[in-house]
This record gives sequence, structure tokens and C-alpha cells, in this order.
Amino acid sequence: MNADQKAVSLLYFALLREQRGLSAESCSTTAATAGELYAELKEKHEFSLSRNDLRVSVNGDFVDFSQTIADGDEIVFLPPVAGG
Amino acid sequence: MFALSEEPLENIDLKGPLVRRDAGACVEFRGMVRDANQGKEVSSLEYQAYAGLAEKEGTKILKETTEKFEVLEARCLHRTGHLQIGDLAVWVGVVSVHRSDAFAACKYIIDELKQRLPIWKKEHYTNGDSGWIRSDSPSAPATGGDGEPSN
Repeated sequence: MNADQKAVSLLYFALLREQRGLSAESCSTTAATAGELYAELKEKHEFSLSRNDLRVSVNGDFVDFSQTIADGDEIVFLPPVAGG
Repeated sequence: MFALSEEPLENIDLKGPLVRRDAGACVEFRGMVRDANQGKEVSSLEYQAYAGLAEKEGTKILKETTEKFEVLEARCLHRTGHLQIGDLAVWVGVVSVHRSDAFAACKYIIDELKQRLPIWKKEHYTNGDSGWIRSDSPSAPATGGDGEPSN
């Protein structure tokens, strides 16, 4: 495992859960930021939602897509919300 | 107090904890699942939530509410799971000394939670189709809650 490689946990909800076919997985990545990680995943799994449609949380808090990711982080890309 | 509930809200004493002697006004909002959206007949609705973050964000909204308005107490419960037409999807209750604060606070809570809570809903239609609101059809308003567009 090279120095840039980290293992993160991903949770999926709603449309992303259906498109991935999983509600959670661990993933090994060299992406530096949450935004880079989404770009990787979008291409790999052919997600239909673009980054502009999403929000992202790391370890249970909303963050910016520029957030640096670290080994062991729990990352969730959140589709447009529709509560109420 | 904010909570997600897998249990039907109809089975829960929602208002009980808000009963207090110093309250002069209680405003409640009840959001129900309705039977049509954007010209399609809806048969049922499925709610999914990122529970940890939804509870954190819901609690934050209620805290903001007590700071912005003169309210004695605010409470909100939101359903998850598969709901049928007419089921209660979300409930907001606010008590205050005077009515204007309770009305304003109740509106603030429902408006904010529709924008901010990590909760998603999938509509199932009588024709067999289904879709995630605002993901499969980004412009469509939703059938839950008060039926107002989410954005």
C-alpha cells in the first residue's frame, strides 16, 4: 500500500444505494479530497448524479468537497434531500 | 427533542410532552402522504434516512428555533420506512406563551427540515413506476409533508 493510499468506509442512500446495489462498502483510494473521491466513484459505478447535486459528510458532519480525506474516514455522498 | 421513528406516529403520544402550565399556545403541523403528485397517482411512499446525521441536524434546527423565537419547547418526529396514503410522515409541535411565536417557530422548523435533513423519499405509483424525489426527477415537488415543493 503506497503512502497516498487510504481505506475509507462509504455509506449509500436513496438513488446512489440503488445504483451501487449496496448500502455500505469499504474502499481503497488515492483521492486526496472528498470531491476527487466522488469523481472516481461516479466513473467507476456510473452514478447519474453530478457532484453539484450532492452534499457530502465525513464522520457524521457536513463538509465541503474540498475536505481532505484520511484513512478510516466514514464518507457519505448525500443525494438531494426530500424530507417532510 | 427531534427523533426519527420507524413506528407509526399515529401510535405515539406526540403532544403529551408539550403539555405545561406556562404554555398559552400550541401549534402543531402534521404532514401526511397524499395520493397524487405531478399528475401521477401515488400508491405509497418510502422514507430513508441517514439516521446519525439526521438526528444531529434535526436537533440543531430545534435549538436554532428556541434561540430565534420566544418558544417554551419545540418537538419534531419524522417517519422512516414504507408509508401508505394518509399516514403521518412528519409532526412538529411548538408551545409558547403567545400564539404568534408558536406559529412562526413551527413554520421555521418544517421549512428548514425539508431543506436540510438527510432524508429521502421514493414515490411508488399506481402504474407500477417509482422514483426518488429530486434525484430521479429533480424538478418534481414531493407528496409528503405539506406538499410544497422542497426548494
